[in-house]
Amino acid sequence: MADTGKLLFAKTHEWLRVEGNIGYVGITDHAQKEITDVVFVELPKVGKEVSKEGEAAVVESVKAAFSIYAPVSGRVIKANDAVEKDPSIVNKSPYDDGWFFAIEMKDPEETASLMSLKDYEEFIKSGAH
Amino acid sequence: MEKLIFETGSEGRNGCSLPKLDVPDAAESSFIPGNLLRRKEALLPEVSELDCIRHFTRLSRLNYSVDTNFYPLGSCTMKYNPRINEKIASLPQFSALHPYQPESSVQGMLKLLYDTEQMLCRICGMDAFTLQPAAGAHGELTGMLIARAYHVSKGDPRKKVLIPDSAHGTNPASAALCGYEVVTVKSGPDGRIDIGALKDAAGQDVAVMMLTNPNTLGLFEKDIKKIADIIHGSGALLYLDGANMNALAGVSRPGDMGFDICHVNLHKTFSTPHGGGGPGSGPVGVKAALADYLPAPRIKIKRNKFTLDSDCKKSIGKVKAFYGNIGVVIKAYCYIRSLGGEGLRDAAFEAVLNANYLKAKLRGNYTPAFDGEPCMHEFVLTGKDKKPMGVRTLDIAKRLLDYGYYAPTIYFPLIVEEAIMIEPTETESKQTLDAFADVMIKITGEAASDPSLVTSAPHTTPVRRLDEVAAARELNLRWKKTGA
Repeated sequence: MADTGKLLFAKTHEWLRVEGNIGYVGITDHAQKEITDVVFVELPKVGKEVSKEGEAAVVESVKAAFSIYAPVSGRVIKANDAVEKDPSIVNKSPYDDGWFFAIEMKDPEETASLMSLKDYEEFIKSGAH
Repeated sequence: MEKLIFETGSEGRNGCSLPKLDVPDAAESSFIPGNLLRRKEALLPEVSELDCIRHFTRLSRLNYSVDTNFYPLGSCTMKYNPRINEKIASLPQFSALHPYQPESSVQGMLKLLYDTEQMLCRICGMDAFTLQPAAGAHGELTGMLIARAYHVSKGDPRKKVLIPDSAHGTNPASAALCGYEVVTVKSGPDGRIDIGALKDAAGQDVAVMMLTNPNTLGLFEKDIKKIADIIHGSGALLYLDGANMNALAGVSRPGDMGFDICHVNLHKTFSTPHGGGGPGSGPVGVKAALADYLPAPRIKIKRNKFTLDSDCKKSIGKVKAFYGNIGVVIKAYCYIRSLGGEGLRDAAFEAVLNANYLKAKLRGNYTPAFDGEPCMHEFVLTGKDKKPMGVRTLDIAKRLLDYGYYAPTIYFPLIVEEAIMIEPTETESKQTLDAFADVMIKITGEAASDPSLVTSAPHTTPVRRLDEVAAARELNLRWKKTGA
């Protein structure tokens, strides 16, 4: 089980787990609850350059399709094929098995604009999303 | 539930007795090449004429349409389709025409198409129209191809298309299909384009801004002239998604607002059947500077005769076989001619009045996503205040089916949490709107007192709540004969 206290959060409801210069990306528990049952995930190709806040993946639920934005810039080095094969993992395990892709981060400074778990929870409560 | 026709009947049963062969019998293989012959028997239904009639009659009774009940599907303008228009379009003088007939023998048909283009030009404030696109999204793609051809001809092929976050999903899809990068422009707190955000996004690499007016929240973009100035100032074009023209026809013209290209949906604003009653038609209009890029052929008058002119060097080419869905155009022509300019204006006024009446009836039991001002022809509610009861917008929509109503559009636009989007149209009476509002209010009572009644709805439909997750994850569209 991931320690969510160590994750960083974007306003667009992605989380980032930093391991050295690698950042793992997924969507938050709040996001998976809001979009309800995920039926399709489209991941970026390994090697793709993504920019902070640029569209990096697509997730489709029974409600609608949503863009997933990269919380930081860099090159995609891994994509979690398991969520493409079985999208329900995103609902079952948003912070662990349900990760989307990993980025080789270009600029670790970019994480400064992301929120802590506490700030993210406040952000959701404020209803500004 | 009605079985598939393949699952009924009995082996060897059929609906017709063929006369005896009056030519020598021969095996198929003697006159059809072996590689074109099927290897397995075709699994055709084996039913009698009566079996067949009953099957399809029963199915037709399960059908739900604007002819049977109220259909408040937001952004779709499900208005009544006048029968007189169907009758006229089916006259053999129209329906028996062949698209390859010589032009000299179809002058009347060409005049009707030409006149429809001229009427749409007047309604929209545009200079030229094409009737080719077969639907709204097809119109959008046509519009994007015209914009691309225009920018390329100026030696400035731009890369980006600006689209508000409240837009129909077809807008980004059409722009992307045309090779553009889509840039989302955020809405402000009043549900309209944020002028500051627009200024930041506008620039030399923007080809087009696609805008819906009134927007999908049912709000008129009051700053439309300012928006047009910003877009034109950067050398880009302004495109109107005309899905919501039912609020404007006869009242206000996109061309006067600064739009350079627009599409209209004949199957929405101009009353032709929609969806399963289809097909659609999405004519595209442009300002004079873009007319040469319209799809070929174009209807022109040469030596006092109507002609389909294919000599259009700058044209983006054909976008549909022949000249579009002609049957739909005939019905829209009849609709426009029977209403006239004043009738169109009255229809728009009444569409807006009906939406505001219904919104006012529901306020108090439902929260409008944007309030404090009148809406246009549709409005959006948010179901987020029902969430603490464990009831979501989806549940409310399903419960409406039990009361015999088609569900409104839900979970769109995306920027409204638990959105419910309602468009009553002008063809509904006060009694219909009152009855619908009563049911909506009754459902809020049920959500409070007996939420499981709502969350397990529908209870009275031929099929109960569908497993949408399984339907999406394990898509199964094909019937297979058991044991085959």
